Amino acid sequence: MSVSFALLGLLENGPRHGYDLKRSYDDAFGRDRSLHYGQVYSTMARLLKNGLVEVELEPGDGPDRKRYAITDAGITDIEAWIGRPEKPEPYLQSTLYTKVVLALMTGRDASEVLDTQRAEHLRLMREMTHRKAQGDLADELICDHVLFHLEADLRWLELTTDRLDRLAAQIRR
Amino acid sequence: MTAVKRWVFELALGARMSLAGGRAGWTRLALIAAGVGIGVAVLLSVATLPTALAASSSRTEARTEQISADDPPKSDETILVGLASSQFGDVAIHGRSLQPEGSRPPMPPGVTTLPGPGEMLVSPALADLMRENPLLAQRWDARVVGTIGAQGLSGPADLAFYLGSDTLTEESAFRVDAFGATGVPDEGPDPISLLFPAVGMVVLLLPVMVFMASAVRFGGEARDRRLAALRLVGADAAMTRRIAAGETLTGALLGLFAGALLAVGIGLLTSRYATGKLSFYLSDLRPVPALAVLVIVAVPATAVLVTLSAMRKIVVEPLGVVRLSGTVRRRLWWRLILPILGIGLLAPLASGIDVESGGAAEIQVAGGVAALLIGLALLLPWLVDAVVNRLGGGGVSWELAVRRLQLDSGTAVRAVSGIAVSVAGVIAIHGLVSGIENQVKAADNGGSGWTGFQIAPQNDLPEQTWTAALRDTPGVQEVLTIRSHAAEGDGTLLSIKVGDCTALARYADMTGCTDGEVYGVDAPAAAGTYTLRDGPTWTAPAVTRQVRATTNSPGYGQPMLLITPAALNGTPIPGTTDEFAVTLVSGGGADAVEQVRNTTARLDPQAFLLEPGNSAFAAAMRDIREGLLAGTVALLLLIGASMLVNVAEQLRERRKVLAVLVAFGIRRRTLAGSVLWQAALPVLLGMALAIGFGSGLAAVLMSAVNAPVSIDWIGIGTTSGAAVLVVLGTTAAALPTLGRLTRPGNLRDE
Amino acid sequence: MTEQTLLTAENLHLTFGETKALDGASLHVRAGEVVALMGPSGSGKSTLLHCLAGIMAPESGRVVYDGRDLTAMSDTERSTLRRGEFGFVFQFGQLVPELTCRENVALPLRLSGVGRREAHRTATSWLERLDVADVADKRPGQASGGQGQRVAVARALVTQPRVVFADEPTGALDSLNGELVMKMFIAAARETGAAVVLVTHEPRVAAYSNREAVVRDGRVREQEFAR
Ligand SMILES: Nc1ncnc2c1ncn2[C@@H]1O[C@H](COP(=O)(O)OP(=O)(O)O)[C@@H](O)[C@H]1O
Ligand SMILES: [Mg+2]
Repeated sequence: MSVSFALLGLLENGPRHGYDLKRSYDDAFGRDRSLHYGQVYSTMARLLKNGLVEVELEPGDGPDRKRYAITDAGITDIEAWIGRPEKPEPYLQSTLYTKVVLALMTGRDASEVLDTQRAEHLRLMREMTHRKAQGDLADELICDHVLFHLEADLRWLELTTDRLDRLAAQIRR
Repeated sequence: MTAVKRWVFELALGARMSLAGGRAGWTRLALIAAGVGIGVAVLLSVATLPTALAASSSRTEARTEQISADDPPKSDETILVGLASSQFGDVAIHGRSLQPEGSRPPMPPGVTTLPGPGEMLVSPALADLMRENPLLAQRWDARVVGTIGAQGLSGPADLAFYLGSDTLTEESAFRVDAFGATGVPDEGPDPISLLFPAVGMVVLLLPVMVFMASAVRFGGEARDRRLAALRLVGADAAMTRRIAAGETLTGALLGLFAGALLAVGIGLLTSRYATGKLSFYLSDLRPVPALAVLVIVAVPATAVLVTLSAMRKIVVEPLGVVRLSGTVRRRLWWRLILPILGIGLLAPLASGIDVESGGAAEIQVAGGVAALLIGLALLLPWLVDAVVNRLGGGGVSWELAVRRLQLDSGTAVRAVSGIAVSVAGVIAIHGLVSGIENQVKAADNGGSGWTGFQIAPQNDLPEQTWTAALRDTPGVQEVLTIRSHAAEGDGTLLSIKVGDCTALARYADMTGCTDGEVYGVDAPAAAGTYTLRDGPTWTAPAVTRQVRATTNSPGYGQPMLLITPAALNGTPIPGTTDEFAVTLVSGGGADAVEQVRNTTARLDPQAFLLEPGNSAFAAAMRDIREGLLAGTVALLLLIGASMLVNVAEQLRERRKVLAVLVAFGIRRRTLAGSVLWQAALPVLLGMALAIGFGSGLAAVLMSAVNAPVSIDWIGIGTTSGAAVLVVLGTTAAALPTLGRLTRPGNLRDE
Repeated sequence: MTEQTLLTAENLHLTFGETKALDGASLHVRAGEVVALMGPSGSGKSTLLHCLAGIMAPESGRVVYDGRDLTAMSDTERSTLRRGEFGFVFQFGQLVPELTCRENVALPLRLSGVGRREAHRTATSWLERLDVADVADKRPGQASGGQGQRVAVARALVTQPRVVFADEPTGALDSLNGELVMKMFIAAARETGAAVVLVTHEPRVAAYSNREAVVRDGRVREQEFAR
């Protein structure tokens, strides 16, 4: 699901061919697994159907004459997605990472993304702390478990915030 | 061998650390060096005193004329020497009239050509004094033709002159064939001059020791933290001690160097600016080698020992410094041993010093004083502890100060024990001196209240010349002539004074005196026959009334016959000499005194001038007293400086806490108040103990020299005043530090 | 905005030499709420806290407490204000080492002119409330770190201040002790109705707050959340 937002986000800086999109995606996010061309094609088809992208046909011939461009509806959609905090849960780093990189690529405030997320994390931590104070020892232990995980995530968020400059420089390269 | 090498390495490491300790390290080093330096300078100066005194007095002996019972026969190699000493203000001027009797007369040291009649040689200091005081320049009827060389003077400030003469006779002068007294007539140990050097040394040196001991510990807390860092990288406890010793040694050696420089500076200044009898040439100022070596060896050694013993009380752990001082309970009994010993030594002296015992009494006094003063220094920590632990209540600033002192009174006590010892010593000596001074003054002002001069001419000028000259002298109110003689009969020596009732009142209480009567002072009542001084016999009239001599009379203590003119029935005693009693107009001031001296010296340089009382002695006493007070005030300032360092260091250690208190809205006034109390409390206790001990000591010493026992309010007032100033000054000087340390920046955790 | 704003910082600037410690920082603290100031070290959290508490004066900008402009007050006026209305807890080393824990707690009361006996009585009850009555007569050096911080909390609250400023109050403690201190601290502050400005970089400590503000490069990013 984050792949579609990622591709959508990549279009925000200008229309691209499908092949271009795959290469950009692989560069920015495809650390362990690169995207199949087919996956790009099917995602684009879905976005096209939802009216988030449109196709520009280039004159002439060749295998790839289709250029995809983002629609206004697409821009609104990605904006909402990037700005929305994720529900604090394990293994959401890849999604957050995608959001941050896209924000950097599209000139949005990436630290805002992280701060929104940390606020959401802290909100949950506050809840846990509160519940801990009310409950018995079992509650306390369970809450503590959650708290420690949330804290680890929050630390990661803070660390990423501190390293945004370096990340931005790397992406711009 | 390797152990020695390690020791050297560790000492050197300490030395390196002290030099590389950054600004804090440098400050500490500078403070130690300054403290030790001042101490060393004082010690070296003291070590120089014996040689300087010896050099000076050997020169004085060399110019003293050799007087023997039978004068050498007149020859080509003899010279007549008349005593022409004078006085200007309170300062004595050594003077001699010289009249060679042949072509090869002996010459006093420092003189290459004898002054002819109407000429004089003066010492450079006297030349200066005469230039500055026209009145003094007119005193001798002679032209200054040269100066006396250094080998003929006690020191650069010595006031001396040689007057050429052709009027000296065997009666008015001595005949000598050489200068230089072999075996100066010993005046015998005078109890007062016996006490001063002994007590003085103890009083002077003890506070210096105490001060040096606390100087070595300046900035110790920062040092301990540095050592803790060393422990963290693996130094063991013994190593840290040796490293600390190395650090201290650096400071002490620097101090030794600074002290030597300072001592040289003091020497230069004294040789140039010292006045009075104790002035020295630069070449005189060589420390006694043994003492100098002692200072050079003992100061660094003591510094190291003090450091090591201070380190015993703390444990430097890798993660910080643990002070054991808080847990040490101070016991009283052994601290009482020394004071009791001191009292035991001094108590027998209260009935007067046995002059005959000589050195033994001196040792007894010095030992007693030292025991008492050291005992005081030992007693003080216990007292401060005992008092401070009973304190409580009060405002916030008081509470902060008291609690601080309760936790660690050692630092405060160290600074203050210096004060206590020196103040006690000074009050003791000061009290003694002012007691003697008062005794002398009381004697001067007692009796008839006479404040005039008695002049005994040595030459044969007619009476009218003298009376006319004296009456013409500005400031003179009255001149009376007394005919004087001496007679012997039945083994008693009798001095005879003939004059009217007013004149005789100079000698005894003459209330109800009428012309025609004869008064005796301890003299045989019946008429009798006496042999007069120059041979003939003389029948004295019977004494009509016995009277008591005034204590300040010229001739007090010997039998006198006071005869009114009418009692002689017109048959004068043959061969009497004239004496003149001069009364000054009241309020005539110092100038009138100098004028009388001038007239006398011009008429007869050899004339004896008996001045009211012993103003020179009283002046010497006053000088000693004032010198002592000045010294103490200086010492107190020094101790104030070290207290300031302690306070500043404590404040710096508490910068975080201070900043927190400021955050809580504490008033600067409250903090300043706590600094004030913290400085004032120990000083107050120290002063109380010092005044008690000092006054007691003074009482014992006063009764030892038979002076009336009194409380020395001046000494107590001055030292207490200085102590108050030190406390206030320390607080005031700590305020900028306090201001700096309470800035919000100090809230930062580093 | 149901509750009234008690303490406001507006556009504060403060530089230390080259360092811009505060670069347009603003913050609002409402009565009775707990605000966590978070952010990387060196971002200006402590400096902001010092300005809010009137310990430091900003170069420009205003700090308004209860309608009064702190930046326009004299040093003495601000000291008086701090004595009466504010309390402080710092990371460590804040207790006067010579005084007993009870005397430390009583100190702010005595600075405000409360008599010794009464100050000690109040201090004792606060020490009991924070469960450190057993160290009342010991010196801070003899108490453990956690006990020491609870004594510090007692001292901060003893005058019933309206704002307590806490700068890394658990920074020197292990997590269990830190938690105990925070639990007691926040509970006591809530009971007395004191607002708390809590500087911390620990999320689990910040979780005791009602809301947090992130300080970054001398600026504040406030997060508003409905309770
Ligand atoms: N008294 C001071 N002198 C110099 N620089 C300071 C001072 N106080 C703070 N700073 C600097 O200002 C910046 C912010 O400091 P601070 O407010 O203590 O940060 P934080 O509490 O967020 O760690 C830091 O770079 C710090 O070095
Ligand atoms: Mg900070």
